[in-house]
Amino acid sequence: MPDAVTVRLTVNGVAHEGRCEPRKLFVDFLREDLGLTGTHVGCEHGVCGACTILIDGEAARSCIMLAVQADGAEILTIEGLAQNGKLHPLQEAFREHHGLQCGFCTPGMLMTALDLLRTNPSPTEAEIREGISAVLCRCTGYHGIIRAVEAAARAMR
Amino acid sequence: MEDARLLQGQGRFVADLTLSRMLHVAFLRSPHAHARLVSVDTRPARTLPGVAACITGDEIATHARPIRAESKMAGYHATEFPPLARGKVRFVGEAVVAVLAESRYVAEDALEAVDVRYAALPVVATPETAMAGDAPLVHEAAGSNVLLSRAFVRGDADAAMAGAAVVVGDRFRFHRHAGVTMENRACLADWNTGAGELTLWSSTQVPGLLREALAELLDLPAHRLRVVAPDVGGGFGVKSALYPEEVAVCALARLTGRPVKWVGDRREDLLTSTQAWDETIDAELAVDADGTIHALRARVVADVGAYSIHPWTASIEVVQVISFLPGPYRVPHYRGEAWGVATNKAPMGPYRGVGRPVSTFVTEALVDRAARRLGMDPVALRLRNLIRPDELPYRSPSGVVWDSGSFVESLERARDVVAYEHVRAAQRDPRRAGPYVGVGVACYVELTGVGSAIPASPGAAINTGTEGATVRVDPSGTVTASFGLACQGQGHETTLAQVVAAELGARLEDVRVVSGDTAAGPAGTGTYASRSAVIGGGAAILAARALREKALAIGAHLLEVSADDLTLADSRATVRGAPDRALSLREIARAAYAGAKRLPAGMEPGLEATRFYDPYFGTASNATHIAVVEVDPETCGVVVRRFVVVEDCGRIINPLIVEGQAIGGVAQGVGAALLEEIVYDGDGQLLTGSLMDYLVPTAAELPPVEVVHLERPSPTTLGGFKGVGEGGTIGAPAAVANAIADALKPLGIELSELPVTPDRLFRLLSRPRQAL
Repeated sequence: MPDAVTVRLTVNGVAHEGRCEPRKLFVDFLREDLGLTGTHVGCEHGVCGACTILIDGEAARSCIMLAVQADGAEILTIEGLAQNGKLHPLQEAFREHHGLQCGFCTPGMLMTALDLLRTNPSPTEAEIREGISAVLCRCTGYHGIIRAVEAAARAMR
Repeated sequence: MEDARLLQGQGRFVADLTLSRMLHVAFLRSPHAHARLVSVDTRPARTLPGVAACITGDEIATHARPIRAESKMAGYHATEFPPLARGKVRFVGEAVVAVLAESRYVAEDALEAVDVRYAALPVVATPETAMAGDAPLVHEAAGSNVLLSRAFVRGDADAAMAGAAVVVGDRFRFHRHAGVTMENRACLADWNTGAGELTLWSSTQVPGLLREALAELLDLPAHRLRVVAPDVGGGFGVKSALYPEEVAVCALARLTGRPVKWVGDRREDLLTSTQAWDETIDAELAVDADGTIHALRARVVADVGAYSIHPWTASIEVVQVISFLPGPYRVPHYRGEAWGVATNKAPMGPYRGVGRPVSTFVTEALVDRAARRLGMDPVALRLRNLIRPDELPYRSPSGVVWDSGSFVESLERARDVVAYEHVRAAQRDPRRAGPYVGVGVACYVELTGVGSAIPASPGAAINTGTEGATVRVDPSGTVTASFGLACQGQGHETTLAQVVAAELGARLEDVRVVSGDTAAGPAGTGTYASRSAVIGGGAAILAARALREKALAIGAHLLEVSADDLTLADSRATVRGAPDRALSLREIARAAYAGAKRLPAGMEPGLEATRFYDPYFGTASNATHIAVVEVDPETCGVVVRRFVVVEDCGRIINPLIVEGQAIGGVAQGVGAALLEEIVYDGDGQLLTGSLMDYLVPTAAELPPVEVVHLERPSPTTLGGFKGVGEGGTIGAPAAVANAIADALKPLGIELSELPVTPDRLFRLLSRPRQAL
């Protein structure tokens, strides 16, 4: 087994230092080493998007990258979305518009939507559909999610 | 209610759970579809650092019996599904060896050091070859690959066919489908040696069923076994069977004395979770010259895969097809015959809609073809044949009783919402250019909230007709309602709390729902078959009603008024006409637990009730789906432009959740119609083992869905609820298929196969055209 390596990074505003095998997936590092189980693993091949997080402000799939690749990065996970006990407008909108059912894809969906609204604060329905097509949801048919992203976009403008 | 934690990454799914000294298991899975196990050598793996144990099928056999799905159905052959293969393997992905290690990484490393020698056997790849006289047997003990057969007959379909004005028929094919819950299956077992107790956390829909079944397989009294379904990431029927991994982790935890966790990956999920449909249906429909349905007959062959699953058996899907082929129509003469045939593929199981997506696809396609042959409008032909309100209750040819239904009303409403005539006119416009446009209608009725009169699966060894609720007003006046149900995204913590709050007269925020834990609720089975609102909701009403009466009696005693003069609402009992004379539910609860001094003479202290409910027959939900599609003959792409659902699920508890269920179901049905297909090659190798090969619809492929609720309360269930979990998936494939067929009508092309992938559409369009 290769020697463990050190990974230093900031997650949700908190500096962390961990040691792991070079082959360790970043999502496993988040879940197992940092105990942040809110980021979910759905496919481990970069299709379903459940593991989406923000790395230096941009959406990325944490299941197809290694922990060592996140060294030095600024990470936002679902656990960092609500601030001071107050839900983010996207979270509020998902609750209001039934944008989730089982909740498994939800963390990845929220982080993807956050990235979408960052780059396009006033998306059309077609742009939202395109934007969130990076994440698979099996429960909702995306209807409530699209309504929620529209509402959040309005609230955040 | 559940949303707040799920939105903040604070859900607790099985994969999120960690116990001290926990071992991770990785399964070595068969690369062969059918092979004899010649030798299994785990010694090189056992000595690797971090590896705690390597267990084979023979070794685990002394700790757990194989799963055997029994049924009273005549001519049915049960199969033995061991936790780890013994003697031979029967499908690619079947678990052969379990490696337990300090981490999943180490366990997977060690799999490579296990040496298994296989001797390949001839592969039973299709039902056709499986039914041949000289076919190799998947299960020698069964004596046949045909594990079951069944028929339903009313009247004389053959004679009626012979005399009919028009007979339309075809060989239909609905290919194999995967449920694809976003959370892969996972389980974690913890054996407490001192207490002699086992706890299993599993991503299951059926904690109660699992507990009963595991007690038997593990030789453990059920009261020493606790099964917990924590947050579960989607079920759709796929998580409603007992799986070998669940048996294995329990046995391995006992064997090693340490907690054992398995988290399936997506490849394992696509290889081993139960799959759906995969049926070939030869069906014919006979109608009179005026479009009146005369007779329907069908022969249905299902590929049930390698094992019959517990508790539903291999019959669950295919027998439902012949049970529900007549749909919401008057069918005077009917014969439906079904065969379930074993092959070397993953086992077949229940999936959202069970049988009815297939039966609806076939019947609705035949109805459209009859209309085309007669030159009749397909909506008009349906209206002529739908069971009318004055004919209810109606006994279907397979013996199912439709207690109620708004079949005609839902079709008329859907027709109006979609502006059907307008779509037809646009279709006929000779100036129209561009892709072909088609409109497709599907009407269905489904039995939901099935009670004890009808087994959820024919002949299955268990009855699933009841569910319980325990409602407790705590001494502080808050309410805890616990159920044997489990939740995988249906919003039970919201809807069941609404039912309890309304019936009891408590504030919604004072009610908390607990489910998915055999140690926390009354005996029950779980959530499947569109039953939770009907049966669980019914039990909740009964328990809350009993508590309300008791709370009123206590309140009346304390206020020295008659109970009839008290109302209980918003957690407050108030004397009618004297709003200042009131007691809070908290004050009443305090008195209830304080005992005899504060209670009416002879009243038992406490404020808690458990009630069970059995709706006996169950109740009919129905809907009409209409799809408008565009078919591009150049790209062979299909775009669903509009999708209208007019559904009747009886009294609605929460409109947003009903809409979510309906639209989510439609999404799975549209996926089934256009994209999703499990493909095996002739050697039984899975060709769709990733989400790049098995295509689940994204937001970009799905249409906006318009949902209209009819809300005609069930006359037979408590609360008037009807089930709504599955219906979306029942109607959508048929509506989309009919819309595509309608679009291709000018080309003389009929559609008989789903899904209509671009490849399949290309072949259809390239085929020499039949005369119109």
